[in-house]
Amino acid sequence: MSSFRFTPTPIDGAALRAGLIDTHCGGFTCFEGWVRDHNEGQQVTHLEYEAFEALGLREGERIIAEARERFGVTQALCVHRLGDLQLREIAVWVGVAAAHRDEAFKACRYIIDEVKHRVPIWKKEHYVSGDSGWVNCERCATHAHDHAHVDHDQHHVHG
Amino acid sequence: MSAPLYGLILAGGRSKRMGHDKAAVRYGERSQLERAFGLLAPLVARCFISVRADQQADALRSRFPQIIDSVEGIDGPAAGIDSALRAHPDAAWLVLACDLPFLDAATLQHLIARRDPARIATAYRSAHGGLPEPLCAIYEPLARTALQAYLAGGRNCPRKFLIQSDTLLLDQPHAEALDNVNTPTELDDARARLATAATATPRALRVQYFALLREQAGRRDESVTTSAATPRELFAELAARHAFTLAPEHLKVAVNAEFCDWSQPLKADDQVVFIPPVAGG
Repeated sequence: MSSFRFTPTPIDGAALRAGLIDTHCGGFTCFEGWVRDHNEGQQVTHLEYEAFEALGLREGERIIAEARERFGVTQALCVHRLGDLQLREIAVWVGVAAAHRDEAFKACRYIIDEVKHRVPIWKKEHYVSGDSGWVNCERCATHAHDHAHVDHDQHHVHG
Repeated sequence: MSAPLYGLILAGGRSKRMGHDKAAVRYGERSQLERAFGLLAPLVARCFISVRADQQADALRSRFPQIIDSVEGIDGPAAGIDSALRAHPDAAWLVLACDLPFLDAATLQHLIARRDPARIATAYRSAHGGLPEPLCAIYEPLARTALQAYLAGGRNCPRKFLIQSDTLLLDQPHAEALDNVNTPTELDDARARLATAATATPRALRVQYFALLREQAGRRDESVTTSAATPRELFAELAARHAFTLAPEHLKVAVNAEFCDWSQPLKADDQVVFIPPVAGG
């Protein structure tokens, strides 16, 4: 079974956790990204995720392999949701099991950070106002349009 | 009666932006200095390369007849042109930068055929902005005293010299012929363009769009028949067609579902995806 997956249906964290249980492991950490109701001052009603799946699966698998290599963890899995999501739903789930807690924490953090920066997934936010926008794209597009040269690396996920 | 025409390839530059000797840059088998000399020499009575004194003996340059910069304190291409006009004051000079990988014999022949010996110079209008191109131009013997006066005034930009002189300006027969190459990125692009041009017929590529680009293109994918050599050229073509608001510096590019460089040569049936800023999690 692959270690990085996309799913169009709701993520069942308990089921995913059950699949990682391993008698060699003494620690398990998990990160869940949830759909929240606000971003950058706007009231969010729901989200839409889309991915370039062929490349996303490859890049996701590379990230998991890097985490195993660097931190020596035994089990690692990341599942990312696609399609329309409502508030409170799980957008992304990362689970890591290792012999000890330290490597499990570090690997879990590594995986979610790298996934956010490297995997070709896009998020469109829909707002109470009726507007919507592609996160991280609209800002760049505005800058490109205005020919401004403002440093916005902190918002720029291509790092 | 017009003065005999000599050729001068400028090979004395310091190649600061390229980071290594531009004259030695290779496209295929030959260095671009050899290539430029090979294009120009058959069209002129005598052909030389322009070098600084400390470059005379280097392996690449020592094989060619040389004009060595002869005036202290002048830098840049104007120093080479001035030295040539001083060395053979009765000749007109067709002066050529060595880093013009797209230059063809037809462009040189066109310039020579339309040369006006009664002017200071005959030059092409730049395809990018219309100003004179000073480094593929003919300087008549008349240019010698005018250029010396210009340099004595503390200026050394050959383009401005042509702008303020009596210069005949011609349109280029091939718009890209004088595109030059100063940086490693431009070099990669030039090599890719030449590689594609060698086989160059338009071919079909598949382009997929995501997120903001999908909405702006109004489609998820399309087949594009193009002679764009690289993703960079393809994106420029598509951005013009679809009015994309994202600039290439905000994007990454993938070919056949793997990240790649913007200057990777494109092949028929390649699947190309331009990747807007991502936002997983």
